[in-house]
Amino acid sequence: MLSIKNLHASIEGQEILKGINLDVKPGEIHAIMGPNGSGKSTLASVLAGRDIFEVTEGEVTFQGEDLFDKEPDERAKDGLFLSFQYPVEIPGVSMVNFMRTAVNEIRKHRGQEELKSSDFLKVLREKKALVEIDSKLTNRSVNEGFSGGEKKKNEIFQMAMLEPKLSILDETDSGLDIDALRIVANGVNKLKTKDNATIVITHYQRLLDYIVPDHVHILYDGKIVKSGDKQLAVDLEQHGYEWVKKEMAL
Amino acid sequence: MSTDLNQKYDQLIADNLDNVQAHSSNLLNSYRKDAQQAFHKNGLPSIKNEDYKYTNVLPLYKQDWNLPQLEKELPMNINEIFRCDVPNLDTDLVLTVNGRFHEFQGNADKLPEGTIIGGLAEMSEKYPEIVKPYLFQQAEQDTDSLVALNGALAVDGLFIYIPRNAVFEKPIQIVNLLLGERPLLTHKRNLVVADENAQSQIVICDHTLSAERFFDNSVTEVVVKQNARLEYYNIQNQHNGSSQISSLFANVHRDATFHTSTISLHGGLIRNNLRISLLEEGAHADASGLSLTDREQHVDNHTYIDHKAANCTSNQFFKSVLDDKSSTAFTGRIMVQPDAQQTNAYQSNKSLLLTDDASSNSRPQLEIYADDVKCSHGATTGQIDEEALFYMRQRGINQREARLLLMFAFAYEVIDKINVEPLALRIEDLVNKRLRGELSRCNNCEIKCQ
Repeated sequence: MLSIKNLHASIEGQEILKGINLDVKPGEIHAIMGPNGSGKSTLASVLAGRDIFEVTEGEVTFQGEDLFDKEPDERAKDGLFLSFQYPVEIPGVSMVNFMRTAVNEIRKHRGQEELKSSDFLKVLREKKALVEIDSKLTNRSVNEGFSGGEKKKNEIFQMAMLEPKLSILDETDSGLDIDALRIVANGVNKLKTKDNATIVITHYQRLLDYIVPDHVHILYDGKIVKSGDKQLAVDLEQHGYEWVKKEMAL
Repeated sequence: MSTDLNQKYDQLIADNLDNVQAHSSNLLNSYRKDAQQAFHKNGLPSIKNEDYKYTNVLPLYKQDWNLPQLEKELPMNINEIFRCDVPNLDTDLVLTVNGRFHEFQGNADKLPEGTIIGGLAEMSEKYPEIVKPYLFQQAEQDTDSLVALNGALAVDGLFIYIPRNAVFEKPIQIVNLLLGERPLLTHKRNLVVADENAQSQIVICDHTLSAERFFDNSVTEVVVKQNARLEYYNIQNQHNGSSQISSLFANVHRDATFHTSTISLHGGLIRNNLRISLLEEGAHADASGLSLTDREQHVDNHTYIDHKAANCTSNQFFKSVLDDKSSTAFTGRIMVQPDAQQTNAYQSNKSLLLTDDASSNSRPQLEIYADDVKCSHGATTGQIDEEALFYMRQRGINQREARLLLMFAFAYEVIDKINVEPLALRIEDLVNKRLRGELSRCNNCEIKCQ
């Protein structure tokens, strides 16, 4: 589904990603862990198409097509979803209007008809229940005045609405208390099918107790330095990043 | 300052005085000499005048203009040319043509008893006892020479009297039409009085019906008496060869509310002067404005909220979205007089620049002489929020649509202050079309202008 080969990216001339290789297949959950500044969020942003980063080398294909040929909204329409670490507040744009526009753009792209208003509201209700999001939140402006936990739940709600092929969850657990974490993780698990894939970016192993990964990768200084199964996350939690550094002679 | 130009307008007044007086009323004429002298004394304002620093009216006055022909019968087929197309907006409609009252199309029998709606010249003859106490009582012709010019040359305008305790079910809609085959300089004088406990909504739509150049200088005096509530909406939607200076003076009495919103969609140069005096305790004013400018359009909102008594509140909220080489200006002064303790005054001015060539000037001014007050103001000028844009695009919304949603969201904060729902919906639609670059004039308009 997603194939990253030797990806290098920089911001303002400073190289952040220094040759990333990663393959994600349908049905898989990958976790990417790493210390602050290792390039986790940069990887997420580059894949989503944030133009402040410059791709200097390497290639990425998404469902067989060159990802970098496409604008951010085209990538989203193809099924790439980014759950933002810091969801943006957009005063004056209502959640309902925002989601209706997004859902219909994506449907158009898939050759489906736009949803009728009543059908749209029905889907909206179903998905709200799925992620246990407060019903009133969708009447408000996008993320405006939402608490940290509400913002993260709102990301998963949008993921539920848009039914992406590949979801990248960028530090979705940061700032969540244990209840919110459970709700968010439940939402992600319910949305899991054999056809879609998830990349979970996180600092801590905690989230991975709820969203169990098939593969765990450790990102360090812009490179994946170690990959393994879910046990790797447990070892990392026990021994810390110093252990990885020693192990890999970094 | 061009003395030749001032002489030209002194001469214009002198040449037309007899004719203007012959078509106006004794009451209006009784102020003409003062106005003429005030104009002569101060002359046209140049940009050296602090109040007109950002709006140069001289090039407009240098152009050749004609005053409307007063003898000529007004065209009788106005109704065929103009139909307001705000869907579901059920109003009592009043038409003015080239600055003069034309027709009241509402159902007079259904209005609250004692209501007066008509031409100011005619009504000031008919009801001098009602008109006289308020006419020329607020408009500052000694300090603003364009107000003086209006006082000297205005033949007519509208008079609306909302009697004590009257509650209007429908808004009164005033449609100001400009039409003609020659460039026209028009002067319109309005007076609106909402008596004690009265409640009314007034919707004003400024339109042009022919592609000729127009320059309208209108002065409106508003009185909101004790415990009354008056909402006053102005939709400025003229073609881009049409300019206007619109001065509104409002006196707000004890526990009364004046709520006003001006939406500038189209027009060449637009200057809106708003002067609100909160005269007695408990008076409240809400003033908002939204301008959407493009090409070389210019919109200047100039406000002055005078807190003269204690326990009064005022909110100002002005926004503009600027495209191409257009420009906007906002000067907002909040004056808090020594007696105006417990004043609560707020002011905000935000501009969204869509191009590098657009420019926006903002001058908030607080002048406070009382010590127990709460006043705040803020001004921002910015571009589309790139973070928000990226967030929306990441959800599959294309760049253009995402920008439109953000621009609309920016504008919506002002539209949200319009309490006449069909009107708010219509403005939403017009603003949407305007932002999409589609023509946003009323669909039923016959003339196809730029």
